[in-house]
Amino acid sequence: MDFLRQMWVITRKDLRAELRTKEAVNASLAFSLVILVLFSFAFDPLEDQTREMSGGLLWIVYAFAGTLVLNRSFAREIPNDCLDALVAAPISGAALFMGKAFANFVLVLAVELVSLPVFGIFYNVHWASHFWSLLLVLALGTWGLTVIGTIFSALTVNIRLRELMAPLLVYPMLIPALMSAMKLSVDLVAGKPLGGENEIWLRLLVAFDVIFTALSLVLLETVLVG
Amino acid sequence: MREKLIYGLGAIAAILLARDLYSIFMQLPDEASQGMIYRIIFFHVPAAMTAMGCAAVACVTSVLFLVTKNFKYDAIAVAVTEVGLAFLAANLVTGSIWGRIIWGIWWTWDARLTSALVCWLLYAGYLMLRRAIEEPTARARIAAVFNIFAFADVPIVIFSIKWWRTQHPQPVFWGGGKIDPDMYLTALLNLIALILLGVILTLIRLRQEEVQREIDSIRRYAHAV
Repeated sequence: MDFLRQMWVITRKDLRAELRTKEAVNASLAFSLVILVLFSFAFDPLEDQTREMSGGLLWIVYAFAGTLVLNRSFAREIPNDCLDALVAAPISGAALFMGKAFANFVLVLAVELVSLPVFGIFYNVHWASHFWSLLLVLALGTWGLTVIGTIFSALTVNIRLRELMAPLLVYPMLIPALMSAMKLSVDLVAGKPLGGENEIWLRLLVAFDVIFTALSLVLLETVLVG
Repeated sequence: MREKLIYGLGAIAAILLARDLYSIFMQLPDEASQGMIYRIIFFHVPAAMTAMGCAAVACVTSVLFLVTKNFKYDAIAVAVTEVGLAFLAANLVTGSIWGRIIWGIWWTWDARLTSALVCWLLYAGYLMLRRAIEEPTARARIAAVFNIFAFADVPIVIFSIKWWRTQHPQPVFWGGGKIDPDMYLTALLNLIALILLGVILTLIRLRQEEVQREIDSIRRYAHAV
């Protein structure tokens, strides 16, 4: 019970701090729009073939835009020595991690949900045909993105070239999760339901989330305190 | 003592490699369907296995470092990762040359190739991460955590192979394929030779790491004085 309460305090603090400035969310949202526009030059957005692979494009947009939010997660605590205060606070590293990860999850998912209809309009994709399944895939994929992004934000918080290092480490690590989220999204956008052939990718995505959430919970304290 | 070990292992590896090279180029016949180029497999497969062994050792020593805080384990982890990365690069390059001859292309986004490349990128990230951190204790700690994450990612990447369409030939060694006993023997001996080479390189790299640490501590001492 204590754990949930502590986690909630951290989540609320992070969400409040972000919603007052809206720095990361605005940047991330604008960035996702920019990438969507850029893709339209790289591929002919109205061709049927492009529509088939658009579910994959969507996740590239999310992965790029998401790291803008995630990279700052721990770096934001450096001014005024907030990070030291968080580490010294009488809560476990696991609660701190879950609180931060959950706040990031909400923010990244919000950005995704705003850019999803824009994507549908720009690329003439009927994404809503399996809305709830797509939402499930979005949530699972975003949780994987968030967990890796948050723990790596903690890993790189005190190093030189932080802004460069974090994406370099995050993207290769994320490949299995992105791969399965892309497969599933492509199927759902094309009108195929979940289950059957693509169930294995759903399982892979869930397994990825579980494994890395567990690892992060165990290792966060080591990362921050030593 | 370690000096002698390096030379001793080096001598064994050299003899084995000489024997294998003689066997590969002089004794073994061309393969029925692939002809001459199949010989590259005697380096391609053992290099991949050595690289995997290196990754496993790096993960174990990273965990040991976090548990014991003994810098010896950190030094082993970085040495073995660097050597493993070199072997994985050898695996990728030999595979690419083979693919150019047999498939007619240098690279294809087959799952096995992709996952080898992803693993290479992960461990290259490990080395870059180490470069970016100056403080030795923080460097060792953060690198160890990253190494554990990378190693946890490796099986997930590799298992997804089985579910992605695959163009890579099914394994002929130790994977249910049929193979001539002479070729098997040469492959096995070459695996041993490459593993020995990996151990030698790791030992040399380890010494560099230890000397580096000594220099660092002397420099710190000089600053303090």
